[in-house]
Amino acid sequence: MTCLPAQTDKKLGLVIDLDTCVGCQACVTACKEWNTGGHMAPLTDIEPYGGHVDGVWFNRVHTYEHTTELGGRTVNFPRSCLHCETPACVTVCPTGASYKRASDGIVLVDEDKCIGCKLCSWACPYGAREFDTDIGVMKKCTLCVDRIYNDNLAEDDRVPACVAACPTSARHFGDLGDPASAISRLVEERGGVALMPELGYKPTNRYLPPRARSERAANVDAPALEPIRAEGGFLGWIDRMLSN
Amino acid sequence: MHPAFSVVFFTTATGTGYGLLALLGMLGGLGVIPADFWLGFVGMALALGLIAAGLLSSTGHLGRPERAWRAFSQWRSSWLSREGVASVTAFIPASIFGIGWVFLGKSGGWVAITGLLAAAGAVVTVCTTGMIYASLKPIAQWHSRYTLPAYLIFAAMTGSVLANALFQSFSASPSAMLALALLATLAGWGWKLATWRYNDRLEIPTTANTATGLTGGTVQSIEWPHTEENYLLKEMGFRIARKHSAKLRRITQALAFIAPAILLVVAFFLPWPLGAIASVLAAVAQFAGMLVERWLFFAEAKHTVTLYYGR
Repeated sequence: MTCLPAQTDKKLGLVIDLDTCVGCQACVTACKEWNTGGHMAPLTDIEPYGGHVDGVWFNRVHTYEHTTELGGRTVNFPRSCLHCETPACVTVCPTGASYKRASDGIVLVDEDKCIGCKLCSWACPYGAREFDTDIGVMKKCTLCVDRIYNDNLAEDDRVPACVAACPTSARHFGDLGDPASAISRLVEERGGVALMPELGYKPTNRYLPPRARSERAANVDAPALEPIRAEGGFLGWIDRMLSN
Repeated sequence: MHPAFSVVFFTTATGTGYGLLALLGMLGGLGVIPADFWLGFVGMALALGLIAAGLLSSTGHLGRPERAWRAFSQWRSSWLSREGVASVTAFIPASIFGIGWVFLGKSGGWVAITGLLAAAGAVVTVCTTGMIYASLKPIAQWHSRYTLPAYLIFAAMTGSVLANALFQSFSASPSAMLALALLATLAGWGWKLATWRYNDRLEIPTTANTATGLTGGTVQSIEWPHTEENYLLKEMGFRIARKHSAKLRRITQALAFIAPAILLVVAFFLPWPLGAIASVLAAVAQFAGMLVERWLFFAEAKHTVTLYYGR
């Protein structure tokens, strides 16, 4: 049934550090690579080498300019399913294809039951669900359910592909329902926030805001660039000869 | 929101069909309008035909229409599932009423009961359709107290204008039906104007700040994750209508409300068959106008995901 579990044993989710994310897209490609062969496979690409590239991705990295009275800064912002506690994408599903697991809180789609009505994607404020036009069903982040419990992988690798791939450790995985877990303590320390809390979806994932500016950082104006002018004399002659 | 034609046609056609069904069920079942084979046959065929055409059209929106039967299962949580169950359930009393009223020429008794049940089924189904949209929090223009009444008012309006066209054509028209159609059209116009007024002044608490969790100042999108339009932008980031919304609103008002109202007033004073022609034209203009209205209902609706794209 698409009714939500009253509570889940665990609240597995991600914590994303907007302070250290450098926008390298490694999580994006690692996600695509793993999941195109995983639980929701394939992550179809339409016209991958054509003029109108389209396709299914579970994780997208945006870049924003956040301007406050202290100045502006560039913020890279990975966006994926937040595995909400009260996900309307599940309750609106007319077929029971969408469900939230009572054991760990992961929100999944049963591809064999999905009729492709797209209502779940309308109900998700975060744009976490993407429709596969090729096979006519909805797809979404699985929190790498086929990695995190996978006994065939070394224990260190039993984390979502995006977390494993992140070169700056901006992505963290764990149980946000356990206040003693490392990830919950991280959220506590850094003042992690939920996205669009006013809509009442109670997202599990948290985002760590960029740290405050440091006075210790260098604040030196870069020297102005010099105009390019033709060099005269012998060196100028060599320059011209080598440039030809 | 992207206005898929299958869904625009679906809600407009079923709204009209259920409006007509409710009126025929009540008026026919209680014997307010006498049982007449051809009037009843054409009327019920129109009502059930519009509903069936709309429901079939809605499956055109599905990625896997062959699995549509699964949509009857989740009525406990999903308004879409409830709509499916209600729409099919309403066919049962409607069919029995149709047999009694049209083919047996009866009213009252079990025909009245099934007629009233069909009318109730029609109202419930229209409510479930309205709630599909009204329950979606990410779309502020839909998640408002105007949405559910709008679906009910527009179903009553298009249904009564069509019923009037039908009765006029069979010269069985009580002028009360004409008056009801005119009043419903004016009520629909008023409700649409009030809705637009509300939407234009809407202050949406969800911003790029709350969407990204970055507090204070401004958050401006400087780079998208992709260069081409993806599913989210095609489905939720539709912008064409917003550019032309003033013009489209004028077209909606002219076709759906003003022209039918004028034609209905004219029909008051014209003898048969001119009055009937004016009444039929009113119904046709209104149906076309409501298609534009429903298109605009989608196209003007702004989904929160567009905030991530700076749209």
